[in-house]
Amino acid sequence: MASNATEYIQHHLTFWKSSHEGGFWTLHLDTFSVSLILGFIFLAVFATVARNAKMENPGRLQMFVETIVEMVDTQVKEIFHAKSKVIAPLALTIFCWIFLMNTMDLLPVDLLPMVAQWIGHTFFGADPAHVYLRVVPSADVNATFAMSLSVMLCIIGFSIAAKGLGGWTKELFTAPFHAEGLVMTIILAPVNFAFQLVELAAKPISLALRLFGNMYSGELIFILIALLPVAFQWILGAPWAIFHILVITLQAFVFMMLTIVYLSLAVEKH
Amino acid sequence: MEFNATLLGQAITFAILVWFTMKFVWPPLTNMMDERAKRIADGLAAAERGKQDLEAAEKRVADELRQAKQQATELVLAAEKRANQIVDEAKDAARTEGAKLVADAKAQIDQEVLRAKESLREQVASLAVSGAEKILRKEIDAAKHADLLASIKAEF
Repeated sequence: MASNATEYIQHHLTFWKSSHEGGFWTLHLDTFSVSLILGFIFLAVFATVARNAKMENPGRLQMFVETIVEMVDTQVKEIFHAKSKVIAPLALTIFCWIFLMNTMDLLPVDLLPMVAQWIGHTFFGADPAHVYLRVVPSADVNATFAMSLSVMLCIIGFSIAAKGLGGWTKELFTAPFHAEGLVMTIILAPVNFAFQLVELAAKPISLALRLFGNMYSGELIFILIALLPVAFQWILGAPWAIFHILVITLQAFVFMMLTIVYLSLAVEKH
Repeated sequence: MEFNATLLGQAITFAILVWFTMKFVWPPLTNMMDERAKRIADGLAAAERGKQDLEAAEKRVADELRQAKQQATELVLAAEKRANQIVDEAKDAARTEGAKLVADAKAQIDQEVLRAKESLREQVASLAVSGAEKILRKEIDAAKHADLLASIKAEF
């Protein structure tokens, strides 16, 4: 059982890769396709509702969508005081997409991998042991870092748009320690620059790793629960799944909120 | 943890999702919701205005009703007064007329009585004269005693 269990876990933690050699240009096809499908589901639902939105007598789906939009809109208006057309849609996309990706965690851990194994075995004659599928895209650092680094680019872009290239560059060397006199300014410049770089780097890293860590550990615990005898799985599985409903929503919300906060900090003048 | 091209792919997907949301999801939804909020606010304001209008109208109606009642009371009072006046006038007129009629009748009666007395006297006089004539036919010449006869006649 021991080696069997190890194999089972390892099998579940292996990505479906576009090539077996590895290297930078390898794609995680499972992360990519699942997140793409989820993103399109999000867009399809929201765009359909937006197109058919009725001012009077909205249907249930429209009310649901409106509730989410309203929630995001409220948060953005409360935190972000400058004018921006990008930030609210950005926050909405982040919330919904991450939520959907996290939700994949609630599917039975073996469901989609077994479907994939069956398809691979039946139609492509592949060895089931070598068909891999990880269904939670947000448990892949590539997915979380892709978003957090995009947010970091937005932070830089917003800063430059608000303060001008010169203003932003100047701030890199004169904040957080404000110096008086030319000598002190020159002495403090490298210190400030180092602080700013750490601050800039810490934001995407904390964003990405928080989401990744939560989802990865959640997935791992589901896999461990799946190793229990079938009759006892629900004793741990049900509470963990119910708790995870909170976690996946919270993580999506936290990612969205921090993005808004970081962007509002970026446009603020010191 | 292994970083590879998946990160780029995810970033591109993310960018497309954000762009699409920005273009086709967010603006129509928020516009619609803003417009709905405005419409609701307008509706509430209109309802408030309507309520005020209604209150004002009710007040005006009450005022007019009170005024009309007052006017009606005044009219009734005036009419009663006028009616009394007319009745009084009519009574007066009737009384005057009655008195006049009575007076006329009395005058006529007096006249009739006078005339009857006159004709009676004349008849008595002529009877007396004719009686006296019959008695005195022989001795009295009518022409001679005409004066006498006339004086006798006048005495009646």
